[in-house]
Amino acid sequence: MLAKRIIPCLDVKAGRVVKGINFEGLRDAGDPVEIARRYDEQGADEITFLDITASSDERDIIIHVVEQVAEQVFIPLTVGGGVRVVDDVRRLLNAGADKVSMNTAAVQNPQLVADASGKVGSQCIVVAIDAKQSGEGRWEVFTHGGRKGTGLDAVEWARRVQQLGAGEILLTSMDRDGTRIGFDLKLTRAISDAVDIPVIASGGVGSLAHLAEGVLEGHADAVLAASIFHYGEHTVREAKEFMRARGIEVRL
Amino acid sequence: MNTVAIVDYGMGNLRSVAKAIEHVAPQARVRVTSDPAAVAAADRVVVPGQGAMPDCMRELDARGLRPAVIAATQSKPFLGICIGLQMLFASSEEGDVAGLGVLPGRVRRFPHELMVGPDGGRLKVPHMGWNEVNRAEPHALWEGIPDGSRFYFVHSYYVEAGEPSLVAAFTVHGLPFTCAVAQDNIFAVQFHPEKSAQSGLALLGNFMRWKP
Repeated sequence: MLAKRIIPCLDVKAGRVVKGINFEGLRDAGDPVEIARRYDEQGADEITFLDITASSDERDIIIHVVEQVAEQVFIPLTVGGGVRVVDDVRRLLNAGADKVSMNTAAVQNPQLVADASGKVGSQCIVVAIDAKQSGEGRWEVFTHGGRKGTGLDAVEWARRVQQLGAGEILLTSMDRDGTRIGFDLKLTRAISDAVDIPVIASGGVGSLAHLAEGVLEGHADAVLAASIFHYGEHTVREAKEFMRARGIEVRL
Repeated sequence: MNTVAIVDYGMGNLRSVAKAIEHVAPQARVRVTSDPAAVAAADRVVVPGQGAMPDCMRELDARGLRPAVIAATQSKPFLGICIGLQMLFASSEEGDVAGLGVLPGRVRRFPHELMVGPDGGRLKVPHMGWNEVNRAEPHALWEGIPDGSRFYFVHSYYVEAGEPSLVAAFTVHGLPFTCAVAQDNIFAVQFHPEKSAQSGLALLGNFMRWKP
């Protein structure tokens, strides 16, 4: 049976990992290659890099980061942040990314999802959806890192991007992001049950129990977390052992 | 010198495959190439590929690589990965396109009605993630890899082999499907060994040492 995936996420700015990383014996805590290698050793199923570089003249740095990581880490790599046109997708894939995630650009120009998946295949295209609750059982899609409302209903947008050719959805609850009180399970479940493509749950993880809930109650195919792994609270292996004890299929 | 040609027909990132092989076989000469002569001259040939099968067949032909790939399947250690597996067969439901026809069988889409898990939940397509590879036959490429090890998959179509003897391993996703085939000097897999951590690297190392 297909294993549920655990995906550590790294925020990268101008080629350096910017959130605190606390691995024992790691000399340089900001080096994406070294950190990715650690997560690989712990049994991470994939690694996601989110490029939060602000200035456009530093954009190319992420390409070199991906090249270096892909030379040494032999698990799937997803890269997101600042993807605007099909050529951005192609360059990241050529550098060694397996999947490219797009968010704001997909909302502004849905045809980008269709064009990109048509060119490189659905399996490489992840649409990231940032959603905020707007009513009982309703969530609105936000862009620009959660700053701009779009008026789009998250469930409808999820169905739409599947139709356009997305191969996966990375779903983040903006209400929960950074809170460490757990995923928005209703949102996760509403989206997971609405589409046939895999859904990665994100936003709010503060404990191993939250990861398990994302799968068991949120019906997510994969769970993404940053801080619980970065600060050395838990290893990916511990997370998997916990999930297995809850009856979830994992790769150990 | 052990030379390996990774056939580049413009479909997908071949860098990962090249890097993984260099990692397990530092002495080998790894060449990513779209030159039919280089494919013919190599000791070993790897055909990766991702994307849609009709595009893959068109791009393969646009570069004049079809005869070289077919010749490789008949003459030297050959490893097909993902579309590199699927294209060996007679036809694919994806775009209703003909494959190379090197092996009997066809490529089918995961049927929607069978995409139900043991707990009644819906199974997703693409089949994306780490799944168990169950061996049908012993083979040199499984050396040192425990039966049932997980490999990384990402695909919406699967191979239905025309001959049961071709099946080297199967995986279950709604239905049991063939995830590896073997015949003489051909070994081909649906999963991505270059993205399957230690198990995948072990398989690639075995391929580089393989003397069929």
